[in-house]
Amino acid sequence: MNNTQLELLKIVADMEGTPEGAFNIRANGGLEERHVTENVDIRTKIDKSGIDIIIKPNTKGEKVHIPVIISESGLTELVYNDFYIGDNAEVEIVAGCGIHNCGGEESRHDGIHSFFVGKNARVKYTEKHYGSGDGNGERNMNPTTVINIAEGGYMEMDTTQIEGIDSTKRVTTAKLSDDATLIIREKLMTHGKQRADTDFTVDLNGKNSAANVISRSVAKDESYQLFISKINGNNTCNGHTECDAIIMDNAHVSAVPEITANHIDASLIHEAAIGKIAGEQLIKLMTLGLTDQEAEEQIVNGFLK
Amino acid sequence: MLELKNISFAAEAENGKKEILKNINLKIEDGFSVITGPNGGGKSTLAKIIAGIITPTSGRILLDGEDITDLSITERAKKGISFAFQQPVRFKGITVHDLISLAAGKEISISEACNFLSEVGLCARDYINREVNASLSGGELKRIEIATVLARSTKISLFDEPEAGIDLWSFNSLIKVFEKMHGNLGGSIIIISHQERILNIADRIIVVSAGSIEQTGTKDDILPSLLGKADVGCRVLTSKAEV
Repeated sequence: MNNTQLELLKIVADMEGTPEGAFNIRANGGLEERHVTENVDIRTKIDKSGIDIIIKPNTKGEKVHIPVIISESGLTELVYNDFYIGDNAEVEIVAGCGIHNCGGEESRHDGIHSFFVGKNARVKYTEKHYGSGDGNGERNMNPTTVINIAEGGYMEMDTTQIEGIDSTKRVTTAKLSDDATLIIREKLMTHGKQRADTDFTVDLNGKNSAANVISRSVAKDESYQLFISKINGNNTCNGHTECDAIIMDNAHVSAVPEITANHIDASLIHEAAIGKIAGEQLIKLMTLGLTDQEAEEQIVNGFLK
Repeated sequence: MLELKNISFAAEAENGKKEILKNINLKIEDGFSVITGPNGGGKSTLAKIIAGIITPTSGRILLDGEDITDLSITERAKKGISFAFQQPVRFKGITVHDLISLAAGKEISISEACNFLSEVGLCARDYINREVNASLSGGELKRIEIATVLARSTKISLFDEPEAGIDLWSFNSLIKVFEKMHGNLGGSIIIISHQERILNIADRIIVVSAGSIEQTGTKDDILPSLLGKADVGCRVLTSKAEV
């Protein structure tokens, strides 16, 4: 791998050198390196592009890294990654996609990640999306995440996209069984003429299932963000969705929270707020000796931390 | 030394301009000065003019003889003016540690940051990693606000009604904070306050009323007359604190 690729790996997957545990590095449309462990198997799909990640029941404390990097201009791909997390397993999965496009053609990665979280299993899933390169070619990513959580299962999903991606449509759907819990935290920053669409749909099908979908975003320059979050309460359940956006310059932000209760004991809340940085926040930091640009930077960085 | 020369400020009102401050002339020496006076008299406006948040309609401001009237908030902060807001600002995602580091102007260790929090009577370890957001109470935010000024340790420290929003129990320890500050923090400490106990530790008292300086002098000169004159005392010592 060259330096650009190593740099991308570091940013999207916090990987420096060979990580511990199982991993699968996909670079420019092909397998770069793979490592499996006793409890975590990774297999190349036969019928289509992508991999199956199989985690044995009762596995504890393992980490799995599956980064994707693209450094060729003009490469577009569609990849299916399926995660089977065995009953009672506890695992941390780090995915991420980095595109470095110095050329003039579009580079695009569309990834469809499906999670089958077993009974009483716990998953922490982190994904980062990042783009760099000064070519005119667009850097586009369309991640789709499909989540199924069995009885008593728990999944946390942290998804981050900070600059560099020209166009993204991020679709996440989730179905929760009895006593299952899902927490999604999204952090997003767009600039230039970027466009980011986020679409979450969570079906709380199980008794005592719970979901919390939290999004924080900053829209700069001429960028556009659309945030859609739907929670359907189909049983005794708790659902909460929250979108908090800072708008700057000439950006546009739409937040469309939607909650539907189909059961008398469904308890659902949505919150959405969009606004510019408060003048008094800038003034406070300026009285500490920061310039207005430095103050703005601190406020944005803190907000997305 | 901070010097205000012929400072006037008029704000836009429904029926033309409203004069908030009228020709204020004031020299603030090193030591502990308390600005007091009835609500709406122009005290907070005066403090914001010193910090550079409000630009006066006319007049000049001198810091150690240097004219700082045209300097920005940032430039004045760098020259050594610190300002604790009456209503502290909340920040999502910025922790207490971050804010104190920003105030100190450098990355400071957790134990250093904790020292500033302990100074204002907060059990530091409980707060240091919390966000300066709506999860903190008004009284907690006030103390953190004061801690940011302590962390800056500049030649002018300005506090706009530090007692406002602080409960009775916290108030006693807050007084101790200012008593201690009197000894430790050099330069000029300027506090806008209605509290007799804060007036009591002042070297000088400045009474601002209806946009003008009504009286200025040492504590011994001013305080008895403030407390003695029932009408003035009643006006001046209307407490915003829940004391």
